[in-house]
Amino acid sequence: MSLTLFLILCLNGLQYGLLLFLIAAGLTLVFGVMGFINLAHGVQYMVGAYLIFAFTGLTGSFALALPLSLLAALAIGLLLEYAVFRHLYARPHLDQVLATFGIIIFLNELAKVLFGPTTLSIETPAFLSGAIQLTEQLRYPVYRLATIGVGLAVAIGLFATISYTRIGMLVRAGSTTPEMVAALGVNVTQLFRVVFGVGAMLAGFAGIIAAPIFAIEPGMGDNILIIAFVVIIIGGVGSIGGAFVAAILVGLIDTLGRSVATDLMSLFFGPSMANQVGPALASMLIYILMAAILVFRPKGLLPAKGVVA
Amino acid sequence: MARDRMIGAAIFATLLALPLLLPLVGADYLMGLLIKAMLLAIAAISLDLIIGQGGMVSLGHAAFIGVGAYTAAIALESGIEEILILLALTLAVTALVALITGALALRTSGVYFLMITLAFGQMIYFTFTSLAAYGGDDGLTLWSLATLFGSDVVQNGEGLYFFVLATLLATWAGVHRIGLSRFGRVLRAARDNPQRAEVMGYPITRYRLVAYVIAACIAGVSGLLMMQYAEFVSPAIATWQRSGDLIVAVVLGGLGTRNGALLGAFFIVLMEEILSSLLHEWRLIYGPLLVILVLYAKGGLADLMAPRAKGAG
Amino acid sequence: MTKIKHLGAGTLAFSLLASTAALAEDLKIGMVVTLSGPPAALGQQIVDGFQLALDQKEGQLAGLGVELIVEDDELKPDVALLKANTLIEREEVDFVVGTVFSNMLQAIFKPVVESETFLISPNAGPSTFAGRNCNPYFFATSYQNNQNAEVSGLIANEEGFENVFVMAPNYQAGRDNVDGFRQTFEGTVSDEVFTPLGHQDFSAELARISTSGSDAIFTFMPGGMGVRLVNQFDEAGLSETMRFMSVFTTDETTLPGQKDAAVGFLAAGSWAPDLPNEANAAFVAAFEEAYGYIPGSYAMQAYDTANLIESALAATGGDMSDKDAVRDALRAADFTSVRGDFSFNNNHYPVQDFHKLEIVKREDGQFHTSFVRTVAEDYADSFHAECDM
Repeated sequence: MSLTLFLILCLNGLQYGLLLFLIAAGLTLVFGVMGFINLAHGVQYMVGAYLIFAFTGLTGSFALALPLSLLAALAIGLLLEYAVFRHLYARPHLDQVLATFGIIIFLNELAKVLFGPTTLSIETPAFLSGAIQLTEQLRYPVYRLATIGVGLAVAIGLFATISYTRIGMLVRAGSTTPEMVAALGVNVTQLFRVVFGVGAMLAGFAGIIAAPIFAIEPGMGDNILIIAFVVIIIGGVGSIGGAFVAAILVGLIDTLGRSVATDLMSLFFGPSMANQVGPALASMLIYILMAAILVFRPKGLLPAKGVVA
Repeated sequence: MARDRMIGAAIFATLLALPLLLPLVGADYLMGLLIKAMLLAIAAISLDLIIGQGGMVSLGHAAFIGVGAYTAAIALESGIEEILILLALTLAVTALVALITGALALRTSGVYFLMITLAFGQMIYFTFTSLAAYGGDDGLTLWSLATLFGSDVVQNGEGLYFFVLATLLATWAGVHRIGLSRFGRVLRAARDNPQRAEVMGYPITRYRLVAYVIAACIAGVSGLLMMQYAEFVSPAIATWQRSGDLIVAVVLGGLGTRNGALLGAFFIVLMEEILSSLLHEWRLIYGPLLVILVLYAKGGLADLMAPRAKGAG
Repeated sequence: MTKIKHLGAGTLAFSLLASTAALAEDLKIGMVVTLSGPPAALGQQIVDGFQLALDQKEGQLAGLGVELIVEDDELKPDVALLKANTLIEREEVDFVVGTVFSNMLQAIFKPVVESETFLISPNAGPSTFAGRNCNPYFFATSYQNNQNAEVSGLIANEEGFENVFVMAPNYQAGRDNVDGFRQTFEGTVSDEVFTPLGHQDFSAELARISTSGSDAIFTFMPGGMGVRLVNQFDEAGLSETMRFMSVFTTDETTLPGQKDAAVGFLAAGSWAPDLPNEANAAFVAAFEEAYGYIPGSYAMQAYDTANLIESALAATGGDMSDKDAVRDALRAADFTSVRGDFSFNNNHYPVQDFHKLEIVKREDGQFHTSFVRTVAEDYADSFHAECDM
């Protein structure tokens, strides 16, 4: 593997990892604080991507569409919470799985009906469209570097909020002993709603920044949701720091693994075969990691203290 | 209990009689649909054994369907055509895979069990996609199918229908039996109060593992039959979404009730068929329907049909 | 998608039982194409091309009213199989027209031909069914996958490329294209990379390409994959250091998304919108008029498919019952192809001319592939000798 390739793979892995973190952050809080399994969290990612597509089309400007999309993603998250999810908090996990599965089916189909089954794409915003010279032969798009920067900034902001603000303290307390927090006069329902809304908005934000790079299509949130679950299990349910470490880890392992595994398989098989076996093996890596964590360190890498789930 | 059995008997009597009526209206298509529903029902009943009775929610059960289908398909491709031999192979391979994954997975419980079964399910799924010699992602068309004592009676049409029906009946009766046995009672005791069951001297992990392996084997058999019916196998048979569908069938039908899983599976297949023939965008109805059923029909379909006390086998 | 249904709202499940009765149409044609995901435009072109032919004939082929049922395979083999089975068993169609992708064709092949329904591929032309496994119920009106790549290899020789980097998606047609290119290309294949079908992020592959020291890249990335690849290739600055040649990567389905980034790129194929013949000029004009975009080879092949079916039915007097007669009539290919000369080989794959193509910008600002010159005349595929039909 050449140094250029390694560098690109690391950047891609980092970028993918930060994207995963944005999705996993909301998921781990909702799961950790409320003990609620929300399979429909992945569709928020899809919703974000479609929103930026729609608003960019309407306003003609990415910069204008961005805040509009974020607000709309928040609104949709809160609407779902109000209409469906709040009735499920006290229900068994299976009911939560089933109902949120129903939401996925509905929203995926709705996206297909509203926007068609075709893959959509939006252009990279003009102010981020260039590329920088990485090596003599190769340039790397500025937009991708920008997503890495923004992802890191959000991660730091989130971490600071959880660690140092009153609301962050309540969230931490809420995830450990919700009864105690309620007894102290905090409106737990309200707290849950805030956590839920922020989580939905972060997943939507991930969809927004992914839109110019990846394809916008119905069902795009399904597989990333499963990976996000893997991330929060590896990191430790309810732990923001854990989610961050695990997301970066998963992003790098997955991206580098694909390339390395394919190279490794090429030693034994022809190119077509190697490209079939390599990525398949690489895709297994993160699940192997998760299974190992569950068997040997069930609380995750950086567990939050005393989580309800 | 008696009521449970009566509903079961009524369902099976209907399934037995239908092929006699079908030629009158001339619909091969409906027979195919019923086969599909029965195949899903077999897998759903097996999942209900571990979810309903064992309290172990697995999000990787479809992987065992895949293991069964691929084992049989690969054996077929290597020239083994006798379905009874394929059955034995399928049972052996799924049992082995379930034993290994189960032993590890059962070190966890609750949501963590769900996630670790998902992990194993995904590993198995990606193993299928890597089988380049058997089509990889594209799947494999089976140009020769399994035979029963050298005859092609179980390859399609009524022969296959009755073979699947017999398997479904055996599954239903077998799981029913387990529910009534001491084994079943221990399993439910471990679900409701693991500490107490343990104190009473039952090695609950071993009980759970046995249930997990039995369920996997039944799912494997349904996989073998799915391959035989579809004449095709692809990794899609083992995706986590398929495992989700199975959970939907079990929960929708009613947890821990044999008829529940049966009804749930038929409900899903027929609902999909009816809705999709009415409206191309049928999922717009199906999704909210699931949500409404969860919110308002807590005991599942079986409960709607025959309300009764919870928790009985 | 545009599913034409006869099932009323009140009839529910048991209307399925009655689906054999009460049909006013004389001829049912089922279509299985990809209308979802990155390559959705390809399937749409096939639907549009076929529909154009039907509209021009006022919904009739050889005097028979046609009911066209379009199904989306979602680029998933299991879904394709399910849809094909529905068409055969529930709708009992007379012809199945499909698919866009070779792996979808492989999934639906067995049930369709075993039900003795004619399967006509308006695009996919895998090697799998061209040789030993050729089938009396299968026809391809497009090409055999390897052929376009074989011709590309010839073009690469002419251009004097010595080191070519080859990249394709990892499925039947991808492998066919790589094999085809290797068969005729006389230089060195510097590297061979396969990506998953539907791949979107080519940055790792581009890094490999940039350090490979190749004169050119040969690729096959249909639909959205092609759009992404060409744009990322351009963004990475590789256009300045190497040539880009491809099949089904820079065509009328992808050019609206690639625009100037693709101008001057080389391609190979059996047709281009400006291929000089009368039937073609009429077809392209009518198509643009009807749908507002320039047709690609997918639309052209679907248009030819409809005309082929009509010619066969005209020969049998609209009789579908004698399958051998229908087959012989299809085999004769007694219709005017917009490609010019067109005939079927013994394996029911076409024998036709292949051309060197180049991407150009039209005066009205639209982009299309343009005919440069014919490279291979009456070109047959390499597998037909193995077929004993």
